[in-house]
Amino acid sequence: MSADAILSFEEAMEKYDPVLGFEVHVELNTKTKMFSSAPNVFGDEPNTNVNEVDLGMPGVLPVVNKTAVESSIKIGLALNCKIAESCRFARKNYFYPDTPKNFQTSQYDEPIAYDGYLDIELEDGTVFRVEIERAHMEEDAGKLTHLGGSAGRIQGAEYSLVDYNRAGVPLVEIVTKPIEGAGSRAPELAKAYVAAVREIVKNLGVSDAKMERGNVRCDANVSLRPHGRERFGIRSETKNVNSLRAVEHAVRYEIQRHAAVLDSGEPVIQETRHWHEDTRTTTSGRAKSDADDYRYFPEPDLVPVVPSREWVEELRATLPEPPAERRKRLKQDWGYSDLEFRDVVNAGVLDEIEETIAAGATASVARKWWMGEIVGRAKNADVDPGQLGIEPATIVELSRMVEAGKINNKMASAVLDGVLAGEGTPAEVVEKRGLAVVSDDGPLLEAIDAALAAQPDVADKIRAGKLQAIGAIVGGVMKATRGQADAGRVKELILEKLGVNA
Amino acid sequence: MAAINRDDVAHLARLAHIEMSAEELDRMAGELAVIVDAVKSVSEAAGDGVPATSHPIPLSNVFREDEVGHTFTAEQALSGAPDSDADRFKVPAILDED
Amino acid sequence: MTETNSTELIRLSAAQLAAKLAAGEVTAVEVTQAHLDRIAAVDGGERGVNAFLHVNTEEALAVAAEVDAIRAAGGQAAEELHELAGVPIAVKDLIVTIGQPTTAGSRILEGWHSPYDATVVKKLRAAKMPILGKTNLDEFAMGSSTEHSAFGPTRNPWDLDRIPGGSGGGSAAAVAAFEAPLALGTDTGGSIRQPGAVTGTVGVKPTYGGVSRYGAIAMASSLDQIGPVSRTVLDSALLQQVIGGHDPHDSTSLPDPLGDLVAAARLGNVDGMKIGIIKELHGEGYQAGVENRFNEALELLKDAGAEIVEVSCPNFQYALGAYYLIMPSEASSNLAKFDGVRYGLRVLPEDPPMTIERVMGATRAAGFGDEVKRRIILGTYALSAGYYDAYYGSAQKVRTLIQRDFEAAFAKADVLISPTAPTTAFKLGEKLDDPLAMYLNDVATIPANMAGVPGLSLPGGLADEDGLPVGIQLLAPAREDARLYRVGAVLESLLEAKWGGPLLDKAPALVELVGTQEAK
Ligand SMILES: [Mg+2]
Ligand SMILES: [Zn+2]
Repeated sequence: MSADAILSFEEAMEKYDPVLGFEVHVELNTKTKMFSSAPNVFGDEPNTNVNEVDLGMPGVLPVVNKTAVESSIKIGLALNCKIAESCRFARKNYFYPDTPKNFQTSQYDEPIAYDGYLDIELEDGTVFRVEIERAHMEEDAGKLTHLGGSAGRIQGAEYSLVDYNRAGVPLVEIVTKPIEGAGSRAPELAKAYVAAVREIVKNLGVSDAKMERGNVRCDANVSLRPHGRERFGIRSETKNVNSLRAVEHAVRYEIQRHAAVLDSGEPVIQETRHWHEDTRTTTSGRAKSDADDYRYFPEPDLVPVVPSREWVEELRATLPEPPAERRKRLKQDWGYSDLEFRDVVNAGVLDEIEETIAAGATASVARKWWMGEIVGRAKNADVDPGQLGIEPATIVELSRMVEAGKINNKMASAVLDGVLAGEGTPAEVVEKRGLAVVSDDGPLLEAIDAALAAQPDVADKIRAGKLQAIGAIVGGVMKATRGQADAGRVKELILEKLGVNA
Repeated sequence: MAAINRDDVAHLARLAHIEMSAEELDRMAGELAVIVDAVKSVSEAAGDGVPATSHPIPLSNVFREDEVGHTFTAEQALSGAPDSDADRFKVPAILDED
Repeated sequence: MTETNSTELIRLSAAQLAAKLAAGEVTAVEVTQAHLDRIAAVDGGERGVNAFLHVNTEEALAVAAEVDAIRAAGGQAAEELHELAGVPIAVKDLIVTIGQPTTAGSRILEGWHSPYDATVVKKLRAAKMPILGKTNLDEFAMGSSTEHSAFGPTRNPWDLDRIPGGSGGGSAAAVAAFEAPLALGTDTGGSIRQPGAVTGTVGVKPTYGGVSRYGAIAMASSLDQIGPVSRTVLDSALLQQVIGGHDPHDSTSLPDPLGDLVAAARLGNVDGMKIGIIKELHGEGYQAGVENRFNEALELLKDAGAEIVEVSCPNFQYALGAYYLIMPSEASSNLAKFDGVRYGLRVLPEDPPMTIERVMGATRAAGFGDEVKRRIILGTYALSAGYYDAYYGSAQKVRTLIQRDFEAAFAKADVLISPTAPTTAFKLGEKLDDPLAMYLNDVATIPANMAGVPGLSLPGGLADEDGLPVGIQLLAPAREDARLYRVGAVLESLLEAKWGGPLLDKAPALVELVGTQEAK
């Protein structure tokens, strides 16, 4: 496949105005599926979380999961939507082997929630309002694995295998209205919007919200129009962009690609695009065709959902505090400065820090680890920080080891690498790598004597009460012990030796 | 309303995933034209003010509690499958992606 | 047991069999074996009835033996046996059953065994009614003659060269030919009642939602309903009482029970009731012999103390057209699941490419018969972009008009009455090439499905021209199934008194078939 031409982002922005739109699918974490009592569990053996309903056997009928409806209403409320007085399911008819009935039971012209908005805070603190068109209930499809030929890809595969465990898992699809006016901040807004939706459903407790597992999946629509024109351009829909970074990159890429197409004088094709994380590009999927005649009609096997106002208010009363308020509270609780807190939010580690504190770390330790150690590693690995797989307990264990003087900070960083490399728990890594602070004072005292002898003027300064000069001596000791010494103990011994009370 | 012709039937057969021979398309177009003609009075029978009825007996809010029920084993799930492999249903290559 | 005893047993009604079983005069195994023998004698062969697609000999006898054992042991278990325990039944092969094939009369499901039971089948099992087997039908219940079965037509026990009605011709013929005292049918546009009419049996389409549809392979979800087939009104009431009631697996199932239908059938009283003749559902287009029997039935009801009134349902003229938009639309979607991926037939295309799309297309081309394809294409058309409002949308509005007609009619009458079908049974093959003529068979039965109201068909006598059975249809408001049984029981007894016995005693082909059996 030949690579598409792209323009530089800056040039694209000079010439064109992007319009965005998002369809975010959220998998609900109900115990059972949307229309059947089979378990909604990730990662089990293929075709074991299914019954006749999920397999679309002859004669089966759906029954709506009440908890899924409640979760959907909660999502609608959290998105500032109106909740329908009455709404129905419809059938979206299309043949595909991951769709057991060859129709998806979904809401069409009567979504349960509509007309909402979400205020998105960008990195510099600017607030951008994204209008929500609707949030509707539907069911997930099964999982296809393509084999033979160039394995893993649909193109060239000889056959595919279908696991229906995911078929029928409850989904809420959140659809925005066209988002205008983001300009060059469109990629940033895209990422922030999806992050905000993810945060909302996670805080509501209605979804596990793990993007790497597909709990939150984003289809990103992008179109460009020349500055000043009102009519929208033709859009592409990039499917299943499944990490926050990818959302940002995909939107940026599509803006650049559309700009090149428009520049060449060609029309943009209305089509689906597929995101490729490895090359950070999209490739052409299916063009819109007359096969997209989904022949929607009201699902005759289900009856209308009529949420009473009492029910809606009951659910509203259970909503957790909105993210903006939560942030205000966390910032205060943790005692971070404005800048520190914004950095944490922008790095996308708010939840992780909260969890680490809950696991027993202090606010400053949690921030030090996530911002100082983990965010950088995630950047190098090109993943979201939360996706590295670092457990809060690991950080607590590491910080306790440092505090106890078993290892120093530098060693702790190496231990973290070991944990990430799969070498075991921090204690196991310390053991295996033979990392331990030298705590026998004998060798330390020798090194201290040597360091003091090497820098007599510094020793004098310390004796005179200039305690901040001690760093030079400590540094010398650490160098001599190849970093294995406990810096705290070294400090104590130096002061003792020089007869200074700290 | 336009009469239904052979091209329409070919398009509908594609949507419905039923392969049809040329003769079948011709025959079906003829039969459907007669049927469509016979039912066309329906579109004139009801005015704009008439609401649609999709359920003969009106019910609403029929829900299931979120409690796990029975499941099949993979063997049961696959017992009627024309082809399977590694506890999954096996299908030939998929050209159209979705 | 002697041959005569066996012949007598199969001619008993379910209620009579139940009484004999309870009294210990006969065993469930004897009753079941008698019906299995009858099936073996009359169902197969070139001139056989062909009501059964599968005979469930072993399991039926095992269930019967279990009932006998429980009865023999006595005690609480024996007391708790259901009234119909040990009374055998046939099940339309559109209803899924564990342990027997379910084909829906289609090649696409040939050899398929359901891993789950329909709710009604669970209820039959709970009542310990031996299931004799699965009965023939038009493929996916699409037809009015059972000629659209992929496994050959069923013959009408009244005349083996005639159709038994459809789609439930197998169930009706099995009951008419004394192969089973009871059967389950499904009725989307008349598939229980019209076969009942042309075979001289009783068939009931309950109120929509009165009987769970879970496990009935869907044709048109908003119209389908499972119901009883029997030789007497009381037997249908007994069976509906077994299979009816709320089912949490069917969202359209009614939350409340429909009352004591058996008591209504036993009460049988029309004194002071208003019975409405639907002006649009008789007269022109109805065979003279059908019209005559219909008028006689009215006279009998009047003599019994009912008041006969005339009602008009002007929108019924659109019912057939609206039905032939809604039914195929829903069917086109319901039948999409038959694609050769998860179960049933898979056919590979003759030429490459061998993609899943082509395999689905080839499988459905080979697996579905012409009538099924016609309806799928018609439904796909009615739902497709640009046509939805004119077709499916308009048809749903007509449905509202039909409901309003019923409301107005039931404001004037407690029960409505009409012939069940415009004609008696026609010859096999006679209408096979004329879909529209075939569709017209359901003109009187369809309005009930469109509005969800219950309908009962019972034998009204024989047509003067051809000596074939005529059906009388009774309709009641939604949830008032009991009224049908109350009026139906009266009319049945009046008619039997008039003929001097059950109508089926007069069936010539049955004599021929019985003769066949006795010759063996
Ligand atoms: Mg979508
Ligand atoms: Zn969706």
